[in-house]
Amino acid sequence: MLIDRLKAGGPAIAKQGILVAFILFMIVFSVMSDRFMTTGNVMSVFRQATIIGVIALGVTIVVIGGNLDLSVGSMLSFATVLVVDLHDKIGPELAIPVMVLATLCLGAINGFLIGILRLNSLIVTLGMLSVIQGLVLIYSGGQNVDIANQTDTWFRFFGRGAIFGVATPIIIFLGLALVFHVIMTRMPFGRRVIAVGGNPTASVFSGVPRSRVVFMTYLISALCVAVAAMILGSRVMGSQNNVGQGYELQVLAAVILGGTSLLGGSGSILRTVLGVLMLAFIQNGLILMGQPYYTQWLVTWAVIIIAVWLDVAAKRGRLFSPIA
Amino acid sequence: MTDTNTPALQLQGIVKTFPGVRALDGVDFDVRPGEVHALLGENGAGKSTLMKVLAGMYQPNEGRILIGGQPVQISNPIEAKAQGVVLIHQELSLVPEMSAAENIYLGELPRKGMGRVNWKELYARSNAILERLKCRFRAEVTVANLSIANQQMVEIARALTVDARVVVFDEPTASLTDAEKVVLFDIINDLKSQGVGIVYISHRMDEIFTLSDRITVLRDGQYRGTLTTAETDEDAVTRLMIGRSLDLSRNEAAPDFGKTMLEVRNLSCAPLFEDVSFTVREGEVVGFYGLVGAGRTEIAETLFGLRTPDSGQVFIDGQEVTIASAQDAIGLGISLVPENRKEQGLVLQMNCRDNMTLPQVHNLRAGPFLSNGAELAIFDKYRDKLEIKTPSWKQTAGVLSGGNQQKIVIGKWLSMQPRVLIVDEPTRGIDVGSKSEIHQLLRDLASQGYAVIVISSEMPEVLRVSDRIVAMYHGRVMREFEIDDVTEDSLVQAISGIKASEPA
Repeated sequence: MLIDRLKAGGPAIAKQGILVAFILFMIVFSVMSDRFMTTGNVMSVFRQATIIGVIALGVTIVVIGGNLDLSVGSMLSFATVLVVDLHDKIGPELAIPVMVLATLCLGAINGFLIGILRLNSLIVTLGMLSVIQGLVLIYSGGQNVDIANQTDTWFRFFGRGAIFGVATPIIIFLGLALVFHVIMTRMPFGRRVIAVGGNPTASVFSGVPRSRVVFMTYLISALCVAVAAMILGSRVMGSQNNVGQGYELQVLAAVILGGTSLLGGSGSILRTVLGVLMLAFIQNGLILMGQPYYTQWLVTWAVIIIAVWLDVAAKRGRLFSPIA
Repeated sequence: MTDTNTPALQLQGIVKTFPGVRALDGVDFDVRPGEVHALLGENGAGKSTLMKVLAGMYQPNEGRILIGGQPVQISNPIEAKAQGVVLIHQELSLVPEMSAAENIYLGELPRKGMGRVNWKELYARSNAILERLKCRFRAEVTVANLSIANQQMVEIARALTVDARVVVFDEPTASLTDAEKVVLFDIINDLKSQGVGIVYISHRMDEIFTLSDRITVLRDGQYRGTLTTAETDEDAVTRLMIGRSLDLSRNEAAPDFGKTMLEVRNLSCAPLFEDVSFTVREGEVVGFYGLVGAGRTEIAETLFGLRTPDSGQVFIDGQEVTIASAQDAIGLGISLVPENRKEQGLVLQMNCRDNMTLPQVHNLRAGPFLSNGAELAIFDKYRDKLEIKTPSWKQTAGVLSGGNQQKIVIGKWLSMQPRVLIVDEPTRGIDVGSKSEIHQLLRDLASQGYAVIVISSEMPEVLRVSDRIVAMYHGRVMREFEIDDVTEDSLVQAISGIKASEPA
């Protein structure tokens, strides 16, 4: 019985539930479509998932710290438009640092308002989502931007290059995931983020610099957006004004699917990676099965709800409960 | 067989296990109609778990529950209440924005057609219950505007909306004044005379001996026995509870004070406290005694860098210091064990070790990484020193008993090797066994040369642990007493704002 299994192996299932679901999906799609489990398809899905993936890594840290970041989508539009536009004007060697700095400034504004002034992160980042989208339109005057000479620039390396036959975006994504995983599990900063997300008051009473920690999580989130913008700009060699629109929800979906608690204080970088891949493969699988692209929204939502439910059920040891 | 001989409630052979812990190990318990049956045990002995089983919040692994002689299955608190079993919680669980009446009938508001609330009926019934409890407020008032004691009355009133057979009081007097306790005891006796079975959980021996007819003791999840109150005494109960006698004497070793470690001059943070001056020497315990709201906690928070004073000076080891943040305070060797361990002391979902090492986690490194060995060394040292009972360092702090949680917090701050240790209400909500251990620990720390400040609202506690007592009233220091000169009367006068007539 499911309930007995949940009771017996509660925490174990909660930990592995997403992995089990992931494998199940892969098997189902492999059976339903012979194109699904080909190296070409898998690598291409993986590569496409890296944009959402890299951003989700940063947002995972923000969420573990007890906050939200909904501004990452329009921040991605901002960063991508900026780096692509400046590429031809001042060259990639200057365009990249300028874009990174500008994006970090946006992250610092989030961090200041939420970390230092202690304003509600939902309100602040929802506002920033609109503000930054406005900034992009002011900057670009509504025009889309692109890079004139797309074949000869070394900037193509980030999105289109490969190292030992593995696409650069995949290496960047996995490398960053590993670094963040180590930071969150093996370094003092990670421990402090978990403490602040788990109980901000007790953290302050333990001498944890709460404001600074929260501020840093938003800088990290912005840094991830900057990296994602390099991959995206380099892959497309151009950018629309609203290229990142809606990314914030996909990112959040991946983070939740990875089992990171929206209440803060617990979560895992590696499981976010699983969440990202699962979302990407579900979407790809549905398309290969000939479903219209919007069915993926429905399926994604259902998968998230079930994942969250199983997670909560495992924690309280039963599927339904009138009390916490 | 008359009705009074059938127990109102019987629990037989209840076993409840959690991962790694056998919280209840075959516990028997029964309550007869019209008796007060006290349930005693140290924190972690299983009292709360047993009551949660009774209320249907936990399902027992083994054993059965009988109500009025009939075996029943209780799967949630609503069912429990329908069976006439009502739990009055230790922590208030009221909705502060609603009226007393709405809280009393929460979830079962009287209705009229179309699902509309029958307000007239609601208020009439609620007021009738409040009158029965001799409350002097009306059911129409918003709960947030009531005192804690009156909120507790609302909680009790909730229990009386059904024909209760058994009412469980879990530490009901924790936040009540002496006058309010008298009212509560009247209510309990009143319920008793109406044939209701009362389960009374408390750490306070005097209350248990005034109120109860029988006493059942649990230890480490096991049933230790049931005593008839009239035929036993405190010592016998304590022995059953902690397996030994309590040493309640003061440590009379000649005090050996070192140099002044902390000096506070004219510290003000209006309107919380004003013009506060005192000193603490090495090897000395200074007790801060006063009523809730006298400004003692606020002084501690100011010394710990969490509040900014308007004026005044603080000296540590003779040097004037500025403390602008908790990090400053920690750097200067000040530690604060805060008054509310669940909200301020611990990150409940973090494990025991991580909680303990949190203030110094950035220093416990091997290269850039956390040093597992250094963290475990600290945890093991203070687990052994403070005898913290936990199956592993990986245990989530939230599942430990109150006493063990408090020891984790104390261990956290001792591991910082503080020069000044401030302890705010160290034994609030902690059983007598752990309490006396913590008192002994505070005395030991002083004899090791720590400068200790103990903030407490319990007179026996300050009298037992302090070398000197600072009495506060409304944010001001009223008097300072050497422990040998203090009398209970003079102390009570000082914290009530009555000026001492004798010259200093």
